[in-house]
Amino acid sequence: MSPEKMVHMANQIAIFFKTQPGDDAADRVAAHLRDFWEPRMRQQLRDHVAQGGAGLDDLVVQAARSI
Amino acid sequence: MKDLIIPWDDRDMGTPAKTGAPVTLRIDGFEVTVPEGTSVMRAAAEAGISVPKLCASDNLEAFGSCRLCVVEIEGRRGTPASCTTPVAPGMVVHTQSDKLRKLRRGVMELYISDHPLDCLTCAANGDCELQDMAGAVGLRDVRYTAPAGGQMANHFTARDTSGAANPQWRAKDESNPYFTYDPAKCIVCNRCVRACEEVQGTFALTIEGRGFDSRVSAGAGGDDFLSSDCVSCGACVQACPTATLQEKSVIELGTPTRSVVTTCAYCGVGCSFKAELNGDQLVRMVPWKHGKANRGHSCVKGRFAYGYATHRDRILNPMIRERITDPWREVSWDEAIGFAAQRLRAIQARHGQKSIGVITSSRCTNEETFLVQKLARAVFGNNNTDTCARVCHSPTGYGLSQTFGTSAGTQDFDSVEAADVVMVIGANPTDGHPVFASRLKRRLRAGARLIVVDPRRIDLVKSAHVAAAHHLALRPGTNVAVVTAMAHVIVTEGLMDEAFIRARCDWDEFLTYAEFVADPRHSPEVTEALTGVPAADLRAAARAFATGGNGAIYYGLGVTEHSQGSTTVMAIANLAMLTGNIGRPGVGVNPLRGQNNVQGSCDMGSFPHELPGYRHVKLPQVREIFERAWGVTIDPEPGLRIPNMLDAAVDGTFKGLYCQGEDILQSDPDTKHVAAGLAAMDCVIVHDLFLNETSNYAHVFLPGSTFLEKDGTFTNAERRINRVRRVMAPRQGFADWEITQMLANAMGAGWAYDHPAQIMAEIAATTPTFAGVSYDLLDRLGSIQWPCDDTAPEGTPMMHVDGFVRGKGRFIVTEYVATDEKTGPRFPLLLTTGRILSQYNVGAQTRRTENVVWHDQDLLEIHPHDAEVRGVKDGDWVRLASRSGETTLRAQITDRVSPGVVYTTFHHPDTQANVITTDYSDWATNCPEYKVTAVQVSPSNGPSDWQVDYAAQADRARRVLPAAE
Ligand code: SF4
Ligand code: SF4
Ligand code: SF4
Ligand code: FES
Repeated sequence: MSPEKMVHMANQIAIFFKTQPGDDAADRVAAHLRDFWEPRMRQQLRDHVAQGGAGLDDLVVQAARSI
Repeated sequence: MKDLIIPWDDRDMGTPAKTGAPVTLRIDGFEVTVPEGTSVMRAAAEAGISVPKLCASDNLEAFGSCRLCVVEIEGRRGTPASCTTPVAPGMVVHTQSDKLRKLRRGVMELYISDHPLDCLTCAANGDCELQDMAGAVGLRDVRYTAPAGGQMANHFTARDTSGAANPQWRAKDESNPYFTYDPAKCIVCNRCVRACEEVQGTFALTIEGRGFDSRVSAGAGGDDFLSSDCVSCGACVQACPTATLQEKSVIELGTPTRSVVTTCAYCGVGCSFKAELNGDQLVRMVPWKHGKANRGHSCVKGRFAYGYATHRDRILNPMIRERITDPWREVSWDEAIGFAAQRLRAIQARHGQKSIGVITSSRCTNEETFLVQKLARAVFGNNNTDTCARVCHSPTGYGLSQTFGTSAGTQDFDSVEAADVVMVIGANPTDGHPVFASRLKRRLRAGARLIVVDPRRIDLVKSAHVAAAHHLALRPGTNVAVVTAMAHVIVTEGLMDEAFIRARCDWDEFLTYAEFVADPRHSPEVTEALTGVPAADLRAAARAFATGGNGAIYYGLGVTEHSQGSTTVMAIANLAMLTGNIGRPGVGVNPLRGQNNVQGSCDMGSFPHELPGYRHVKLPQVREIFERAWGVTIDPEPGLRIPNMLDAAVDGTFKGLYCQGEDILQSDPDTKHVAAGLAAMDCVIVHDLFLNETSNYAHVFLPGSTFLEKDGTFTNAERRINRVRRVMAPRQGFADWEITQMLANAMGAGWAYDHPAQIMAEIAATTPTFAGVSYDLLDRLGSIQWPCDDTAPEGTPMMHVDGFVRGKGRFIVTEYVATDEKTGPRFPLLLTTGRILSQYNVGAQTRRTENVVWHDQDLLEIHPHDAEVRGVKDGDWVRLASRSGETTLRAQITDRVSPGVVYTTFHHPDTQANVITTDYSDWATNCPEYKVTAVQVSPSNGPSDWQVDYAAQADRARRVLPAAE
């Protein structure tokens, strides 16, 4: 998947959970990614974060630690 | 082959059933008790006595015109018509007497005197009520004959006895491809006119003229059936007691001699049909009156568009090829299956267990779908299974399971009869779900109010005797803002159903939600600027929905196919909970499913993260059930979704695909990306009826069977499991489930199913919501709505009656987020897509029927203002371009679309509407954003380079080598 597309998809998820009440948004993003993203996609996301996470919402960067 | 005639009573009872207090009367000496309001005719039928009739039929209100059904009632004068006379307590009725016989013969004699006596060569011979009634009343003689030299008028001879042209005679109308209208045989019983009005709701027919001059007419003067408003549903043909309106197939093939009850394979309404045959020759499809989804009605697709099953394009032999640039080679089944299995295993050996996957079909049966996902999970050893529901209703699954706890509509279709306010959002039922639309229109004519939320002025907004009270013509992509603004009005004006919310929902979550939604940024006055919906209209619609009685919401792909598709589904669920519109007849949240088995394919575990019954693969206790049943280990990680498969293919980690009954190259967004993904694979197996677009990139082609050729079940939008019954042998040798089994076994599976009933037994044993389902029970009940288990042994027509499946209903905050697909100077218009009545999905089936007379190409609808500034005239070729690609098609100028919005359908492969759509998708499910694409339209001279190249590639890819001797 192109990095732009992955960043776009991950940020969309973050944007939704950001609007939700509570202070566990990062956990919920992580849970969503674990539930719906295939391991290859999560690996690509982790790699992207390791390389600086260009373009990613902070919430995704936080969530990426636990996927 | 076994002829399956279900032992249900198919008799015509004469007039519709009524509900009411019991009334007891005597008919011909028999005592009978019926509900108040029942006609004497129907009461007699209940007692097993048929009164002769011509103008009455139990799906139409009584009309009382033929006077054949006269009876005598003790204590009453004269001979009243039994179809229009309601029963009364203690009534004593006689249906036979000398006087009645004489009257009836007189009536028949008059009819027959103006009717051609060519019964032996008539297409309705043996299937004609006029003939039956002539027999029933003992007509032996017709005293009126035309004198030589002309004079006596009739309707059926082209010339009178003097040889002069008969001014009363009209030629046959053969304009409709499926039926004829022969005015010479019409007895003006009005049944067709009433069927078109009451059953179909189109009002295309009228009786023109009076007395002897009166006759049936389609449309206005000068129209024939084809040019009139007629939508070719066939209700009038079914209603006609004579050969006046007659199926062309019956004219050609003769009257059918046996019938099998089965289910339509087109849309998610799931109409039941009697397939009527001679031997294994299908003669006609007649909607089955006991079908609980359709109640004896159908649309043009289900009734007439089955010709694709015998179309010459159908592929009947398996084919393989080394490379996609080679021509196809016809081979034996063994060779094709062996080739496919060996390639898939070789790919896994080289690229890993997760390098292959499957796509199940929403057009195939539950049993077939179950096997295909089982193939991935138990044989491939991964969860790479997805279904085309990904690209239509996956947000429904996510959104409703988050809020209510289950991924399905809450009601049955009968429920609409109790609705007072109906909100239709992002759906176009008269085109997409026609039989549901007819039932909805009937309710609207009886007084229910309608709210339409759609960028386009769909037919429901204004059509014969139906008009929407409110049409919110929003800008594509702003559903969440509109629905949330409706909730804002309801909460801030105190119109919510607090008792319901307190009893049924999580109150704290409601308070958080109420605070969120009450914020002035969600008020219609503020959102008007982005949605384009006038605040006053939105307020009025919200008030109507909240206070108008039973409120029912029906929605379609205009809700789901957006970046915020899942959020909109949740917003809709919020609205229903807020107004207490859940858990009784006439209310609810009802997704209208596109293809026949979208619901079923989702239920059957097609999604990569869920085992059958919507249970996540991460749950060990769920995996254990299947691990025990199948003797394998199931991967606990979610697999790839369709767009992810294509991405992984382009990346080189996904190399093999078994695609059953879907045409992803035509139906999925961003065609160039799909083509690149397919081209990057080493083994694409297409299992389909035709060499579809995807097969241009395939290495193995496994010919599929049609719904007429196999046993199984489909589950419609009401969660109703309907039987599909084999009416003829598969033309290419095997039912689709057998083909999947052969492939699995060639890969070492060792499956041994010999009938789909065994597959259903496995589904029931592993999936709690199907625990009570079996073919025996289906045969007994006709259909079953899941959940079906010990607590609901005959299924569940309505869900969440006393509590939500998840316990307390959950309100979820639904913040509007603008899609990133934005208009700008390069792409200033918004394209949205949809479909049309006569065509189905990618059109593979319907394009191969006479339905093309109604829609032979996709058109681009554009507002006159947008057309004018671009110099585009009606019918011109235009170039349609987005950031993904460009295509050309013809323009249709109409104010159905608002300025700034253009619209097209995607039924024809040469249009390539999906070259234009982008890779944006729903945040939660990756359901593509088909409904919003920023585009530009400009005049053009003809097909784009891409279309020309594509057509050339497709021609090359479809070459088949002549069979070796
Ligand atoms: S086919 Fe349907 S729409 Fe057409 S005239 Fe008959 S009932 Fe009306
Ligand atoms: S066309 Fe058929 S149904 Fe219609 S009025 Fe004539 S006989 Fe009756
Ligand atoms: S296409 Fe839909 S509405 Fe039409 S007959 Fe089939 S199931 Fe019924
Ligand atoms: S059937 Fe009663 S009047 Fe025609």
